[in-house]
Amino acid sequence: MQELMGRARELLENGTVARVLGWRAGDQSYNPEPAFFENAVELEKLVYDGFCGANLSKYMIEASKLEGKTLVFLKPCDTYSFNQLIKEHRVDREKAYIIGVGCRGKLDMDQIRNQGIKGILNVSGTELQGPDEITVETIYGTKTVSYASAMLSRCHVCKGKDHVIYDELLGESADTKDADRFDEVAAIEAMTSEERFAFFRKELSKCIRCNACRNVCPACSCRKCVFDSTKFDSAQKANADSFEENMFHIIRAFHVAGRCTDCGECSRVCPQGIPLHLFNRKFIKDINTFYGEFQAGADIQEKGPLTNYTFEDVEPGIVAERG
Amino acid sequence: MSLENKEFRPKIVAFCCNWCSYAGADLAGSGRMSYPADVKIIRVPCSCRVNPMFILRAFEKGADGVIMCGCHPGDCHYSTGNFYARRRMTLLFSMLDFIGVENGRTRVEWVSAAEGAKFSKTMNEFVEKIHSLGENVRLGDLRCKN
Amino acid sequence: MFKIAKENLSALFRKIAGNRELYLPVKQAGQVNFAAWDEEAEVSLETLKTVKSGKDAFFPQCETLYTCKKEGKKIQIQAADRKEQDFVVFGMKACDVQGVKVLDNVFLSEPVDSFYASRREHGTIVALACNEPEESCFCKVFGIDAAEPAADVAAWLIDGELFWQPLTEKGEALTEEVRELLEDTEDGEVTEAKAAIRGIMDRLPNANLSLEGWNGEATQEKFDSPIWNDLYKACLGCGTCTFVCPTCQCYDIKDYTTSNGVQRYRCWDSCMFSDFTMMAHGNNRTSQLQRFRQRFMHKLVYYPANNNGMYSCVGCGRCVEKCPSGLNIVKVIKAFQGGDK
Repeated sequence: MQELMGRARELLENGTVARVLGWRAGDQSYNPEPAFFENAVELEKLVYDGFCGANLSKYMIEASKLEGKTLVFLKPCDTYSFNQLIKEHRVDREKAYIIGVGCRGKLDMDQIRNQGIKGILNVSGTELQGPDEITVETIYGTKTVSYASAMLSRCHVCKGKDHVIYDELLGESADTKDADRFDEVAAIEAMTSEERFAFFRKELSKCIRCNACRNVCPACSCRKCVFDSTKFDSAQKANADSFEENMFHIIRAFHVAGRCTDCGECSRVCPQGIPLHLFNRKFIKDINTFYGEFQAGADIQEKGPLTNYTFEDVEPGIVAERG
Repeated sequence: MSLENKEFRPKIVAFCCNWCSYAGADLAGSGRMSYPADVKIIRVPCSCRVNPMFILRAFEKGADGVIMCGCHPGDCHYSTGNFYARRRMTLLFSMLDFIGVENGRTRVEWVSAAEGAKFSKTMNEFVEKIHSLGENVRLGDLRCKN
Repeated sequence: MFKIAKENLSALFRKIAGNRELYLPVKQAGQVNFAAWDEEAEVSLETLKTVKSGKDAFFPQCETLYTCKKEGKKIQIQAADRKEQDFVVFGMKACDVQGVKVLDNVFLSEPVDSFYASRREHGTIVALACNEPEESCFCKVFGIDAAEPAADVAAWLIDGELFWQPLTEKGEALTEEVRELLEDTEDGEVTEAKAAIRGIMDRLPNANLSLEGWNGEATQEKFDSPIWNDLYKACLGCGTCTFVCPTCQCYDIKDYTTSNGVQRYRCWDSCMFSDFTMMAHGNNRTSQLQRFRQRFMHKLVYYPANNNGMYSCVGCGRCVEKCPSGLNIVKVIKAFQGGDK
């Protein structure tokens, strides 16, 4: 963390960058927030620990419109999102100075609370070089939990330790992957149609249409979303009927199909804990099966799967044929 | 055509491209080849014009089945439109199947302007399929039901 | 004071549901929210905070106002029915109950919102004391006592027993209906439990947050403050904070085209959304800074200015837990104190 702060101060002071985009310490040890820093005094509040899960690449859309360069800290998975935004001409590479930061998985307060821990006063040991166990001080005493058990679910299927775009790197990353990312999708595919219907009704009927999944998504970068159109018959802010839940989540996932890097922000932010990544991963799995392996954001030259075709592509009938 | 359930009249929406399938439907008509009146055709300039929202909207407003017809791959009036449409519909249909909507309710068929008979046969088959599936209760807006 | 053993609670729920609708915290797909009770419902009274507050019972996220039907050349307009069935909301917390009072000031003052009024008239609230308040709770700051919820019936879950204390006429009536299931008891255990809860409340990190300077007189000063510019930047403009909030009351009215007419309905709106208060001339808050400021100014300045100093935040802490960017009202209050941002 000191390293990050020092390097950021250097780059600010020598004029390479006009501002820094990072995470600012919150009022508690577990709630930092994305923030811009413009001078050394503000930088004192810069923090980088296990709770800095927010993907900062989307904030670079706005930062690209500002004067001068912005230093941005990106974790390995965030760099895929940034690359994808470059490909779509939504961010300006020349306006960004990217420091690729190491990552050993990011934490989820809900995972800590789900282990029965209440009245949390402080969480420590969450920094990059921290121990394998984090210490949680509560009003009922001090508890420890393993770092891995408190991780966001997306970190268990991590894409890897490599940054796909950066100007310089700081900090080592660790392997956190301990599951296959398509396992969950495959398990649902194995259900009967009735079971799948019941599963998604249960999950989607929790949706409160806060639009957090859409607003946090680095691929959802339209200036005006189709769901915000005043000419649109469906409500963009309430599920008046179960259909609207299906409609919103299918279209949301479809609009980012072939562009979604699987950064997992949608599931991280959902206040109702809906596994929204399942929709995106289903599309990714299908794309991989039908049109060949594809990782959005890995290569900015490659054509996206939905803006490409071959004469021999499978017919839509395959969906019914495979049963 | 065998219809087990005489009461149920499915609502079927067919998106047909202007250059091939719509002309194919025309040919079926002028050739007096029959297909059920349950099929409502919506003409689109190209199958590529059909975005996933169209399909979902049709279901929302009460369709029991949705079929999209376009030029055969390689014969698109705009050269490549149906290639993109093919990928989109493959993914969308797979997603609908994934969330538990019966996969028989959606279909894509390539029908040229010369294939009146194929158009009629396709529609007959599709209507029969929807009959066997019955009313669509999994993907529609209840407010449109009454 | 009455009590009932925990294993008899389903009998109690069955009894209540026999005469009235019953809403209580139910777990579905891993999350607990208020829902109608049935035999299969996985009731979770131990959950401190439902994701959404119990606000829905009185002010649902979506409700139809009237329907227009076209038949031939005739158009029929039918107003939606007001609530006529008695119902019980079981397991709201002290903060949520205060939230309903905040809504009362808005919807029951002239012109009275008849949809809301009919629900208030037919609804009875059984509120649970919070056995284990969590770090995000700060209801004490607003003078709310988590140990003694001020509802129609106050209840305490203590060691496998539910203690039951009717506080209003409505509460007495409900107690009468379920009287056969309750047994008389003394206050002793409840008094102890209350003291324990208050003890925990005092030790929570935000228990002593100061609201100094937040009042109706502070409008211009707070509005013009440069601090907002520092606070809003991480805001995504989603509606999470407003939709989980027990006191947010803004709504939008929309039309839905059905197969034979139009259904006019209202649904919750959020001041965080870009189309909030959109009018023919456009939108009067064009930046996220203005929208962000609106939310907190409303809770801590505008509302108290119009309601004798009563804040429209109840310190439930839902926004504190749920904001995707880690922003919340506590950070705002602290930032204006010049402390942690």
